[in-house]
Amino acid sequence: MMFNVEFETLPREALEAIQLRRLQAVVERVYATVPFYRRKFDEAGVAPSDIKQLGDLARVPFTTKQDLRDNYPFGMFAVPMDNVVRIHASSGTTGKPTVVGYTSRDIATWSELMARALAAGGATRGDIIHNAYGYGLFTGGLGVHYGAERLGASVIPISGGNTKRQIMIMADFGPTLLTCTPSYALHLAEVAAEMGVDFKNLKFKAGIFGAEPWSEQMRLEIEQKLNLQAIDIYGLSEVMGPGVSVECIEAKKGLHIFEDHFIPEIIDPETGEVLPPGATGELVFTSLTKEAFPVIRYRTRDITSLNPEPCICGRTHVRMNRVSGRTDDMLIIRGVNVFPSQIESVLMEIEEVEPHYQLIVDREGNLDILTVLVEVGEHAFSDEVRVLQNLEKKISKNIKEYLGVSVKTKLVEPKTIARSEGKAKRVIDNRKI
Amino acid sequence: MRVEQISVFLENKAGRLAEVARILSEAGVNIRALSLADTSDFGILRLIVNDNARAKEALKRQGFTVGKTDVVAVEVEDRPGGLFKILDILHRADVNVEYMYAFVQQSGSNAVIIFRFDNLDEAVKVLQANGVTVIEGERLYAM
Repeated sequence: MMFNVEFETLPREALEAIQLRRLQAVVERVYATVPFYRRKFDEAGVAPSDIKQLGDLARVPFTTKQDLRDNYPFGMFAVPMDNVVRIHASSGTTGKPTVVGYTSRDIATWSELMARALAAGGATRGDIIHNAYGYGLFTGGLGVHYGAERLGASVIPISGGNTKRQIMIMADFGPTLLTCTPSYALHLAEVAAEMGVDFKNLKFKAGIFGAEPWSEQMRLEIEQKLNLQAIDIYGLSEVMGPGVSVECIEAKKGLHIFEDHFIPEIIDPETGEVLPPGATGELVFTSLTKEAFPVIRYRTRDITSLNPEPCICGRTHVRMNRVSGRTDDMLIIRGVNVFPSQIESVLMEIEEVEPHYQLIVDREGNLDILTVLVEVGEHAFSDEVRVLQNLEKKISKNIKEYLGVSVKTKLVEPKTIARSEGKAKRVIDNRKI
Repeated sequence: MRVEQISVFLENKAGRLAEVARILSEAGVNIRALSLADTSDFGILRLIVNDNARAKEALKRQGFTVGKTDVVAVEVEDRPGGLFKILDILHRADVNVEYMYAFVQQSGSNAVIIFRFDNLDEAVKVLQANGVTVIEGERLYAM
């Protein structure tokens, strides 16, 4: 099933010609409209006119999350704010989020890409889509939503949470496609079983799962428990949102990157050297058609490899393999990006808290639980239970308010969090995905 | 009229309480009264000991978080209604009890109860005005 047969099956030569033309245009545009890019290009001694072939992209400097933070909130927008019709944000490394913007043409592009993604999962205008990705600043919910409408399907914008109600809606409305994080899919299955609802009696044909890493084993478990075909979707708000790449239901072996809109590269994270197809390294994207927030050689920090082999589905766009890790310490908790340093900045603002904390990540049932261990020093200690419990609640509440993720706070005795020279081991991830 | 109580933060891990007892025993400190408040994650051990300074030092040296709180030791008639009389006096004066626990030793024929009040000075004033005996710290540690 393809939404845009012409573009999704473009012969490589035609595709690359389009990429080059669009690359030259976007490089010229950001040089003219975004001071950050002009400075970067000038410092590197590269001019837009130096881009004569796709390989010349390797001469252009990288863009990182730090650059976005330095230009917070709108410093890297390439159009006046009047032309920005949507703002989204995702987690930044400190208290401030990463902010992105969209013009109405960007929204149209994004919707087209998400329609392609849904179609890759077999969806058509006749489908009813149960969209349990979070709606709000997060790009997941609205990304799928606009894609579904563009496809012509009937979207149920149920967002996350209220699981029992979601199961009731599934049983009553009969959706045929499920979109949510893979761990939430398993959680839905668990709660449904408790409610006596069998997924074999529901009408789901397929599900499109992403926003967090998941394994082949999890795919088999999801397919078995939810009685549907499970495919992987990938994206990041800096590059667009969900819909940067998606698995085809025909092969389920690697995610097709929509190369008419993004140029992917795999680099050595230490040296920045571009690696050949098949090599594993850090994934880098250049957007070709975004107007409000173009990104040039954006380092995703995701580790993967590219697979240029022709695919049985007929799409000519290169596939990326499952993301196998990160080059930084970012965590994904129930689909939400969390940087340990963000938690640190929240804790530092609470005066009773010592600068010794640790994060423990577990997966209980199918949901991620993040426990923040905080040492109780004399400054924080009280003889009253209520005071300490209020401190625990305050820490959890502040983290929830700033980061949007619910955590459990546990007070521990002093010196129980191991000190180490150099980088402290802040995170213990017990999950085995 | 204040009594110094030592409070210790304990994680709900096996052996923490025994560890505290061991440290105090090795330091030659005698526990006169104790109460343990617990939640699912942690506990607060409250102690009246015979040598506050030594106890605090020994515990802190072993890495425990130790606090100090002023509480009040009250003589309570050791018969039905004894406690109610005290609590009634406090209630009428609008003094709140945060927590309380018994002391090991009797004072003459009276029981002794340790109280933590939200307003210590007011509590002592009201109790004494109603003829209730409040035991001084120095006397209590040596009882």
